Amino acid sequence: MLFSFCLYLEKQLIINKDRQVETMIKTDAITKRFDDVLAVDQLSLEVSAGEVFGFLGPNGAGKTTTIRMLTALIAPTTGTAIVAGAELGKNDYQIRKVVGILTESPGLYNRLSAERNLDFFARLYEVENVSAQIERYLRMLDLWDRRQDAVAEFSKGMRQKLAIARALLHEPQILFLDEPTSGLDPEAARLVRDFIDELSSEGRTIFMCTHNLDEADRLCDRIAVFNGHLLALDTPSALRRSVYARTVVFHLGDAHPGFVERLEAFPFVRSVEALQDKLVVGLDEPEVNNPIIVRALVEMGAEIQFVGELRRSLEDVYLRLVNQHDRASDDAR
Amino acid sequence: MNKVWIIVRKEWAEVFKNRFVLFTVGFLPLLFTALPLITLYATRNAGDFGGLTSSDMPSSFLDLCGGEMSPAECGQFYIISQFMLLFMIMPLAIPVTIASYSIVGEKTTRTLEPVLATPVTTTELLAGKGLAAILPAIGATWLGFGIFAVGARILSASPIVLGRLTDALWLSAIFIVGPLLSIAAVSVAVMVSSRANDPRVAEQLSMLVILPLIGLFFGQIAGLFFINEQLITWMAFILLVVDAGLLALATHLFQRETILTRWK
Repeated sequence: MLFSFCLYLEKQLIINKDRQVETMIKTDAITKRFDDVLAVDQLSLEVSAGEVFGFLGPNGAGKTTTIRMLTALIAPTTGTAIVAGAELGKNDYQIRKVVGILTESPGLYNRLSAERNLDFFARLYEVENVSAQIERYLRMLDLWDRRQDAVAEFSKGMRQKLAIARALLHEPQILFLDEPTSGLDPEAARLVRDFIDELSSEGRTIFMCTHNLDEADRLCDRIAVFNGHLLALDTPSALRRSVYARTVVFHLGDAHPGFVERLEAFPFVRSVEALQDKLVVGLDEPEVNNPIIVRALVEMGAEIQFVGELRRSLEDVYLRLVNQHDRASDDAR
Repeated sequence: MNKVWIIVRKEWAEVFKNRFVLFTVGFLPLLFTALPLITLYATRNAGDFGGLTSSDMPSSFLDLCGGEMSPAECGQFYIISQFMLLFMIMPLAIPVTIASYSIVGEKTTRTLEPVLATPVTTTELLAGKGLAAILPAIGATWLGFGIFAVGARILSASPIVLGRLTDALWLSAIFIVGPLLSIAAVSVAVMVSSRANDPRVAEQLSMLVILPLIGLFFGQIAGLFFINEQLITWMAFILLVVDAGLLALATHLFQRETILTRWK
């Protein structure tokens, strides 16, 4: 735990230092339209050097389209973007040299060996010391002993690790990960997450699309929620606060209805819900206002057994944001 | 050019592990080389054509034989000449097979996107895939023709006939028209493969590019015309123009955004 905390601190120092120095991705109202379909609408965001940036959204939201634009695979319809200092649309070759991408599907050549797959991509990326780099990443990802085996014989987790190795061979400045743990068993998913954590602790800039909200919560410094356009962008804790009031749960011997009325009278209380022997209270600044509530409950004869803050999951936040957007879209129609 | 060769080597490492491709690239040239040699062997004695007269052959072919050949030699030359078209089918069929399996294979396994994400131009990628299909075809054709030429000498065909089987007409067909046909075949295969999801379907549809040659074959058999220097020159010229157009179309289809969003 202490070691993880130290790593976290180190990462924050690196991020803060680099944020003063360099923005790795900056988009200005980039839009992508495919015939009549508006896939990405006016997306503006910035990603700092060393940041792990989560990009969340439902299926078909435009996340993969966004990654394809930022990796110079497809051109935006309008808008501009700067990726690793190179302007999209003008320096695409330069962008492709300095970004690495883990595509949604690993896209490996099944008939070729792991080593041969990496050799091909290393040469396309003009890696200098091909053999050494291949060995380095195969060993790092525990695939060295299987280097001569055809990829067709690999498990899904091994293919994903090999695809990650491919994305890292040329030491990219920015790593784009599209659903890195999708379809993996828990053990393989954990290995990949730990590896991403390690990369992030090295100070790499990572732009990650994922449906796994726990993963995003754990790994990402900031998260964007996206559904055709940007719904929200902030740190996980700030997102929680912006969508939900902070919520404190008071475990009582008996949650009398009169308690609800009494608490609702306080101006700093946003909501009160009585659940059997609990009072779930949404309020501002719990650190300041909890003691007031506790005093009020004690005065009313409540037996307070336990008080704890309810931590909203990122899933709650994400679902609320997306549902709000869907309702707004339906109303607009 | 370096990246083109990187792609060519990768293509060969991968596509030749496919037994069907290997069979096509290996067996077809063997068959198309053996057939004329067997026929040459079967007709090596003038006596086999005993009684053959000039009136038994198409007049346009008699013009080609000229006055130097006997009717029997002319008959032998006429039969063997039909096989020129086999040596022109090889550079069509082999690249179609290789390119179809290569491109549709990449579509179905989704390996194109990571490649397109690298700093390689689509021109380099298309050139690499094209050369990976064309070079084995041309190599197999030229090797097959070389074996045929040597075999013809060993089988003691008439010196006059042998000379005609390796004259400017044949050499133009093999060394000029052949490669041009390969380029056309690869371009068609790229276009068809962009819409197909099964390599066998792509291959079969692309093989329609052989139809003009089949038409030539039957036209020749029927005596409507005969492939001579003039026809070969026209073929080469038309192929140059057609190849330029097909390459332009194939290049247009082989753009990053088109591949990622419209190739389904």
